[in-house]
Amino acid sequence: MKKLLFYILLAVIGMVMLYPLLWLLGASFKSDEEIFSSLWFMPNELDTEVYKNAWKTVTPYSMGHYFMNTFMIIIPKTAFAVLSSVLVAYGFARFDFPLKKFFFSLLICGMFMPSIVTVMPLYKLWNTLGLIDTYIPLTLPALFASEGVFVFILVQFFRNIPREFDEAARIDGCGTLKTLFFVLVPCIRPAVVSIAVFSFLWTMNDFLNPLIIINSVEKYPVSLALRLSADSTGQGYEQRKIIAMSVIGLIPSVAVFAIAQKKFVSGITAGGLSG
Amino acid sequence: MKKNSYRNPVGVRKTTGLVLISPFIVGAFLFIVYPFVSSFITGFTSSPDHSVSAAFRNMLGNDDLGKAIGVTMKYAALLVPMKLLVSLLVALLLNVELKGIGFFRTVFYIPSILGANLAVIIMWKYLFTADGLVNQLLGTIGLSPVSWYGDPDSSLFIIVLLRLWEFGSTMVIFLAALRDIPKELYDAAKVDGCGNTRSFFSITLPQLKNVIFINLILQTIAAMQEFNAPYILTNGGPLSSTRTVGMLIYDEMFRYGDESMANAISWLLFMLIAAVVYVMYKLTAKMREEQR
Repeated sequence: MKKLLFYILLAVIGMVMLYPLLWLLGASFKSDEEIFSSLWFMPNELDTEVYKNAWKTVTPYSMGHYFMNTFMIIIPKTAFAVLSSVLVAYGFARFDFPLKKFFFSLLICGMFMPSIVTVMPLYKLWNTLGLIDTYIPLTLPALFASEGVFVFILVQFFRNIPREFDEAARIDGCGTLKTLFFVLVPCIRPAVVSIAVFSFLWTMNDFLNPLIIINSVEKYPVSLALRLSADSTGQGYEQRKIIAMSVIGLIPSVAVFAIAQKKFVSGITAGGLSG
Repeated sequence: MKKNSYRNPVGVRKTTGLVLISPFIVGAFLFIVYPFVSSFITGFTSSPDHSVSAAFRNMLGNDDLGKAIGVTMKYAALLVPMKLLVSLLVALLLNVELKGIGFFRTVFYIPSILGANLAVIIMWKYLFTADGLVNQLLGTIGLSPVSWYGDPDSSLFIIVLLRLWEFGSTMVIFLAALRDIPKELYDAAKVDGCGNTRSFFSITLPQLKNVIFINLILQTIAAMQEFNAPYILTNGGPLSSTRTVGMLIYDEMFRYGDESMANAISWLLFMLIAAVVYVMYKLTAKMREEQR
């Protein structure tokens, strides 16, 4: 009995969490009148024509074009972030060096530093370098371990690996980097996957940075294209097309989350943040 | 550790670590230290007579700023306690071994994964339109519809609700901490005759103190920087009642083209966040250090 009540409670909360998303999916198939007249998410009929139109968008380019742009940011950025964070975390977790405490404090400060403070001066920097309206300002910082949280999480995971692993690798003739990539990284694969997934999702979600850096519609990532479409479509006009575009825009994030879900959730719960 | 003796494996030079973290060193100076200094210089010394006090007088004369600070503080004060409470309660609910609990953990986490996505913010916008889902729902239970975007309080509340809906990331941190609490503590309490409520207040809460503090700080910092949601949902309206400081910085820079004002406000916001965090740190210091 108690169990049943428990499940009912969980189901009710789950409904609140998921219903808006289900409604979004359903609304994309509905007519505009139906969207605003029925509570139930299931559409009366499945009209898939809207997705063909939504793919074309209300802008000069198709969703495919915006996805390509987004991936041109996400792929290098995620690769850079993973590589640099792994190297830096390895340095912090396994070696002693001058000013270590100072640099680690700087890392923590960076984690707590509001990004809004750095946005304006960095805009000026990129502008001086003539890099506005290119993807470099969006991708390059990742090469310098710009996400302190990633380094922090990895450090916790590295610390959980016994030092004997490093020593054994060294005796077998592995150098510093070989030890890292062939012995340690395979041990913390869930953490590395989590970081890659976070980097993917955050970049997919990022709005402020592209808004400031990218000017030409041709180079817009999906987030800016969505906003452009939502703005250029007046109230009560082709709402479903915008809704369908939003659904399409969510697909990569949902797919990545679904694929990585197991490793990802274990990666964040298993130690990183509580350690 | 003695000075100048670094405990590295045999044959590893003390510079190896420095080389490994060198990307971070470069990055820290380029992306943390430089912008910090640069925004101070642009913000406080580029006014006509190059004085810090002139910059402050300028900011005092900016009526929008006072209002934006008020909006931001109100928003954070509304959102952060609610979000912490909800995520802690749900984490407690999810911290049981039951069939299918993993499914619910995932479901509750989804909004915070997708929540910052623009598509979701656009969806949220539709939910609260005059004849949107929320008003329809209110209609079915016999309440009159609310003009969500027309009223200053309710439009701020839409933003609060959106961020509250995304409690998953805070919840996950609580969940991880709950799992770290040694089971023996609860067993011992049971032997001593503690009920569930008693062991919650005497074991769970004290064990979670530090995590609650971390979540409080992280959520406060995030809330005080809010930009995306008001920008998309309300565009700061009505009557700039939802224009956060983050939005004002953007407006000063890209709408009014006042670079020094934008940078000065950035700095002010940083100081404000630092002050709030410091006060929280001091206020909770006693509580966090007790026992353990």
